Amino acid sequence: MTLRLAVALDSASFDAGEWAGWVRRADEARLDFVTFDDRFGKRGPDAVLTAARVAPLTRHVGLVPVATTTHTEPFHLSTALATLDYVSKGRAGWQVRVSADPAEAALLGRRDPLQVPALFEEAADAVEVVRRLWDSWQDDAIIKDVPTGRYIDRDRLHYVAFDGKYFSVKGPSIVPRPPQGQPVVAALAHSPEALVFAGKSADLVFITPSDVYSAEKIKSKLDPALKVYADIAVFIGDDALVRRGSATSDAAVFAGTAAQLADLIAAWAASGIDGIRLRPGDLTEDLTRITDDLVPELRRRGLFEPSSATTLRERLGLPVAVNRYEGAVRA
Amino acid sequence: MPKQIILAAHFPGVNNTTVWSDPRAGSQIDFDSFEYLARTAERGLFDFFFLAEGLRLREQRGLIHDLDVVGRPDTLTVLAALAAITTNLGLAGTLNATYHEPYELARQLATLDHFSGGRAAWNVVTSPGAFFGENFRRGGFLNHEDRYVRAAEFIQASRTLWDSDGNDFSVKSSQFAIEGRFGVPRSPQGHPVVLQAGDSVGGRELASQHADAIFSRHHQLEDAQEFYQDVKQRVIKHGRDPGSLKIIPGVSYVLGDSDADAQEKAHYIRRQQVSPQTAILLLEQLWNTDLSGYDADGPLPATDPVLDEDDTIIKGRAGMYPDRLRTAAEWRATAEAKNLSIRDLIIEVTGRQNFIGTPSRIAEQLNEYVQTDACDGFILVPHLTPAGLDDFVDQVVPLLQERGVFRTEYSGGTLRQNLGLR
Repeated sequence: MTLRLAVALDSASFDAGEWAGWVRRADEARLDFVTFDDRFGKRGPDAVLTAARVAPLTRHVGLVPVATTTHTEPFHLSTALATLDYVSKGRAGWQVRVSADPAEAALLGRRDPLQVPALFEEAADAVEVVRRLWDSWQDDAIIKDVPTGRYIDRDRLHYVAFDGKYFSVKGPSIVPRPPQGQPVVAALAHSPEALVFAGKSADLVFITPSDVYSAEKIKSKLDPALKVYADIAVFIGDDALVRRGSATSDAAVFAGTAAQLADLIAAWAASGIDGIRLRPGDLTEDLTRITDDLVPELRRRGLFEPSSATTLRERLGLPVAVNRYEGAVRA
Repeated sequence: MPKQIILAAHFPGVNNTTVWSDPRAGSQIDFDSFEYLARTAERGLFDFFFLAEGLRLREQRGLIHDLDVVGRPDTLTVLAALAAITTNLGLAGTLNATYHEPYELARQLATLDHFSGGRAAWNVVTSPGAFFGENFRRGGFLNHEDRYVRAAEFIQASRTLWDSDGNDFSVKSSQFAIEGRFGVPRSPQGHPVVLQAGDSVGGRELASQHADAIFSRHHQLEDAQEFYQDVKQRVIKHGRDPGSLKIIPGVSYVLGDSDADAQEKAHYIRRQQVSPQTAILLLEQLWNTDLSGYDADGPLPATDPVLDEDDTIIKGRAGMYPDRLRTAAEWRATAEAKNLSIRDLIIEVTGRQNFIGTPSRIAEQLNEYVQTDACDGFILVPHLTPAGLDDFVDQVVPLLQERGVFRTEYSGGTLRQNLGLR
């Protein structure tokens, strides 16, 4: 069986050329997607804008920025991610994050941090609103009907009318339904709360098993429709052990040759996961080892095959997103 | 050396100036359209590309407005993508001070400035009321005076963050209480260029204290000169160099082989912009009441406009008519004098193109405006997406260059440097 392959990009670089170099490398190796890490308190660029900056320079690779729901406007998140889907022609995703950090709350100054259960409850509401807004235009809403002078058929636009505990949003979106309909929603889950959130709100979850057995155990508890990707932090090459040093991670840490990493991935594939997200210890060195050494090795072993799909949803084996408002009568 | 003209390209959108019924009209949302206009503007050596922001679809008579182009992308996301396919062109976007927060927006703008090598610009606007609030957490709205307080404090807070360069910051003001460490090192421009688009006294004061440029809407030569003097006096009053605030009106134009040809084309475009349905809608915006029963080819209503500024018939668009009765009287007089139907009148009195003529006439007029201090340059609003700027770049820009009032190559500097700002 083959696995899908992703790489996590985490850097404080503000050099657009450097970012373009990394993402092009992933694109040329036909990796399935890259994620862009982000937090408000982190030194580094805004992840959605980083993804947008590299979108016109790449053709295949999915672009999945982290964006936080805790202090942000669901309306802006929805329009920004829909727009990323347009500029990337159907390659956008979103890794949802919550912020429990009081220092981040002070940066935004909107309110005090919430408790963890409330953070995920609010995140679920935010994803619901974002998804409704993506659907709030039917695909055929723009009619350009000269005899009646109408550019749109407003019966094919829908108020999302979300009224929740944390916010309310009326809609419709200002952005027509994005190319994928629903860009891919992902979440990293360490905790039970996060796993429940991912099961309810996401299309894809990143898990951090310590070995193949824990991967299998986590996978067995999840909805089979949820795509599951195991994270591995990797240091690759002859000097990997030295470079790894005493590095620790929330995910399993691998240090060794590309062939040894291929062995590990082959073993993990048996757990039933859909893919692997590699977190390069060093973006330049380890990403190069991934694209130049690991990918050919995995292809030789039949563990990875470049996808010919044009949208990220399709590449990840997600069904075509049916519009929840299709066929609905406008209130 | 004569004053150098600033030129910017406005991506057409959300009002009836954008002709969607023309067979050449392209997508309002596909990235290819944005890329095309940005590449055209850069080919023409323009200072910047300009993109407005949408926060809610407009409504009229309580229904989503369906006659104009509707739908547009998120401003910052498109500008970040355009940074990848342009090299020298400034990237300006409208971002509302009411529905954004300083830390997040300052971080995004600084990111854009880094990722574009110093080409980011922010057009600060304030929201006209509660209508937009229904899409946002904060809901509600600010009263008119507080809108400008928030905008000024927002700009000041952003500048504090941009200046912090890795050190701790703290902002305490009437609208904001934020502190911590800004995660973006100083960007190439230091401060992205700040534009301001309000025309009220509050807007002029805000701009003269805090902005680098005003996106104005004064088009008649003398009116524009008066505005220019007023704003520059305010700039001096606030202790700034008058050259540190550029005045750049948004303008439309029609080119023709002869002046008569241009006039004919202009009239044809106006008819496309004002369909019978659009004529009624635009009349309603002044009359402030439902006129759907009227025939666009018939006469104006005999009744007077409804004076209820708290409940206007159009939502999501800034007020255009400070004195409805007076404007209605003027429109009636025009319609009677020229025997015009509703549609013909609307074509006559709303949204007429600002510059109409041969390329050489338009080059001459634009230059006259700048040299006589009616403005410092222009934000051109094409009526066609995305190719509406092609003729200007091909035919007018060379004439401005011949006159020595427009660059013949980019200097390679930041947007701030290209605009002659410090």
